[in-house]
Amino acid sequence: MTTSSSAGQSRRDFLFVATGAVAAVGAAAAAWPLVAQLNPDASTIAAGAPIEVDLSPIAEGQDIKVFWRGKPIFISHRTKKQIEEARNVNVASLPDPQPDSARVKEGHDQWLVVIGICTHLGCVPIAHEGAYDGFFCPCHGSVYDTSGRIRQGPAPSNLPVPPYAFISDSKIKIG
Amino acid sequence: MSGPSTFQPKNPVLKWIERRLPIFGLVHSSFVAYPTPRNLNYWWTFGGILSFMLGVQIVTGVILAMHYTPHADLAFNSVEAIVRDVDYGWLLRYLHSNGASMFFIAVYIHMLRGLYYGSYKEPREILWILGVIIYLLMMATGFMGYVLPWGQMSFWGATVITNLFSAIPYFGESIVTLLWGGYSVGNPTLNRFFSLHYLLPFVIAGVVVLHVWALHVAGQNNPAGVEPKTSKDTVPFTPYATIKDAFGLACFILFFFWFVFYIPNYLGDPDNYIPANPGVTPPHIVPEWYYLPFYAILRSIPDKLAGVVAMFSAILVLAFLPWLDSSKTRSMRYRPLAKQCFWIFVGVCLGLGYLGAKPPEGVYVIAGRILTACYFAYFLIVLPILSRIEKPRAVPNSIADDVLGKKKSVVASALAVIGVVGLLALDSGSTARASDHGSTPPSMSWSFAGPFGKFDQGQLQRGYKVYKEVCAACHSMNLVHYRNLTDPGGPGLSVAQAEALAAEIQVKDGPNDAGDMFERPGRIADKFPSPFPNENAARAANGGAAPPDLSLMAKARGYERGFPQFIFDAFTQFQEKGPNYIHALLTGFEDTPPEGFKLPDGSTYNRYFPGHAMKMPNVLSDDQVTYDDGTPQSVDQYAKDVAAFLMWAAEPKLEERKRLGFQVMIFMVILAGLLYFTKRAVWADAH
Repeated sequence: MTTSSSAGQSRRDFLFVATGAVAAVGAAAAAWPLVAQLNPDASTIAAGAPIEVDLSPIAEGQDIKVFWRGKPIFISHRTKKQIEEARNVNVASLPDPQPDSARVKEGHDQWLVVIGICTHLGCVPIAHEGAYDGFFCPCHGSVYDTSGRIRQGPAPSNLPVPPYAFISDSKIKIG
Repeated sequence: MSGPSTFQPKNPVLKWIERRLPIFGLVHSSFVAYPTPRNLNYWWTFGGILSFMLGVQIVTGVILAMHYTPHADLAFNSVEAIVRDVDYGWLLRYLHSNGASMFFIAVYIHMLRGLYYGSYKEPREILWILGVIIYLLMMATGFMGYVLPWGQMSFWGATVITNLFSAIPYFGESIVTLLWGGYSVGNPTLNRFFSLHYLLPFVIAGVVVLHVWALHVAGQNNPAGVEPKTSKDTVPFTPYATIKDAFGLACFILFFFWFVFYIPNYLGDPDNYIPANPGVTPPHIVPEWYYLPFYAILRSIPDKLAGVVAMFSAILVLAFLPWLDSSKTRSMRYRPLAKQCFWIFVGVCLGLGYLGAKPPEGVYVIAGRILTACYFAYFLIVLPILSRIEKPRAVPNSIADDVLGKKKSVVASALAVIGVVGLLALDSGSTARASDHGSTPPSMSWSFAGPFGKFDQGQLQRGYKVYKEVCAACHSMNLVHYRNLTDPGGPGLSVAQAEALAAEIQVKDGPNDAGDMFERPGRIADKFPSPFPNENAARAANGGAAPPDLSLMAKARGYERGFPQFIFDAFTQFQEKGPNYIHALLTGFEDTPPEGFKLPDGSTYNRYFPGHAMKMPNVLSDDQVTYDDGTPQSVDQYAKDVAAFLMWAAEPKLEERKRLGFQVMIFMVILAGLLYFTKRAVWADAH
């Protein structure tokens, strides 16, 4: 038996295309869960809930490191001198221009809270090192100032400020 | 794979590649131009189905390994975390666990087809032996995979199977030690099994390549069992065989997905939802259904070494089949006596499978011995003798003649299908509990039963209340977190409500900066609190029997449904043994045991508990828990509500599973229908 009529031919072509299209949709849909499973799972997300940090034990000039969502968060209790240094900078001349006031909470100028991950390739910078009294990344030599802004080296941007808020004068909630 | 190809690509880039690596020619000659006998029936689609299943197992397995922790203390919970927390983790796990069963169903059909149509005969002996090797590798892989969840059946299966090797004289004990990596089955065993379970599928894939290579050298056998002579006898692989395989595969996927989405635990054993306990062997150890015939052979022989030898011989004898059956006629279609013996042999295998799931006592042992004798007799006596004395009917001159003079042997196909369903249904592992001692729990009607089942939010909330106010005094629920109460398809609490509930508990945390542990209010990320600090404390406080964790209770208990009910259960999607049992147990206490029953001290009589003497007292009484929604405050209602709550706790993705399942089934029916009509359109030219 052969289908020689052109109507039969086009009906067949339609059938082949429809079958192929449905099969392709099925294959694409099947790929979805295989990729979606790579997302953080529910327990990881639940463990990434906001944390509270008590600032009272941190003396002036000291800093601590806490972990939130697996990232080190630097909390520095800045000295007057450090605050001055952060403010007395020609913002326009910075590689990533940002005034110090945009990086701390109003009325809490002494507290700098930044994610301690170098914006170059993810190493953890060392506090109180480098030419700007801020942070120095030992991996590739990026230097950050007392506001966590990039001043020298290959890093493209400032140390990011995580979402946080003061719930009292001596307590912050990160996240 | 059948010699140098004549394929010449037109595209200059492909031409450039082809001159240096003739890969397109290889694909073209193997999967496009490759001549395939035109009379192949649907039993020949199982080769393609098996390749697909190997792919499914490798892809899902590689993904599961991303989330799984091969450690004796963590493995069980990591598997549960996959099902509960990972996006589509439940789907991937059920695809993989049911995929193993589907793989074996397909391989058994594939093997029986080879047996029936004489596909092992000259010149396909090596092809057949490679198949036997693949089958052995599959068994090893399946066994090691079953160990990985580290449940009770995993642990005791590993113990029993590794101990098989201790039967070997002189070296046995040393071999077992090498398998274990310790003095008993433990963490080192789990680690090496994980490593090998990851490795072996790729070895299988390698042998499959050899298998396909050998196939493409010898060419496919066919139902007539005569070799193609002219080009009239064959059609090109693409599109004819590809589209037929695709349709067969789509139908098989529908069957596969019925299990994955609707009865994912039907083929498993409830005991494997109990974490491995090296101190307690389950009363009734059963391997996965696909090993049952061989397990029956093992148990039929009263001698340790002889039993093990018999079991392995039952598989190895297959490799000698090409020489045991020397009949020149391949297909049993033309061998009336051999054909009858074949179907008897299929019945023997099914019977052995049935017996493998039964306790080794009384009539079962005798039946097992008879069927074991029949099994070996088929290969060692029946086939060798038949091939010498039987006078086969005339085979057709050519495949083309066969196609023209074709009568449909619907009966044989139907029989085979019934056989497969029976084989499948042989999972009475899940049905072998509580039968000897308890009465059967009555079947309740549950809102979450059936293909469109959903949990009743109000019922889950009430059940949680009963758990919290009564059960939680002694039972932990380590796999359930407060955050789960807000999950879709659950009790439907708001985040604020869950936070308030979590804040009621104190959680030990720390150490703080001073190095001290401290207590803090619970958060929604915390799990439900345990009433006892550890298992020994739980045991000591409860008269020697630690109250079990309830997270998986609704999947970790079952009871015998009996033949043929358990086969119907696959069609009616009956998955509610656990909640039925829990409800029955909570309402089954009796103050005075029946006459003649000696109740041990510190126990309570329960009609449904295996052995009836239960350490748990009757803790529920009417009006004990206050319901705010006007539901009757009776023990029966409490029992129902808490059973539903425990079902949700054990299977929190049930609603998502059934919803997605419906969409997928509709899609697959459409696809299978389209493939069927496409197949007809393609084959219209060939007939």
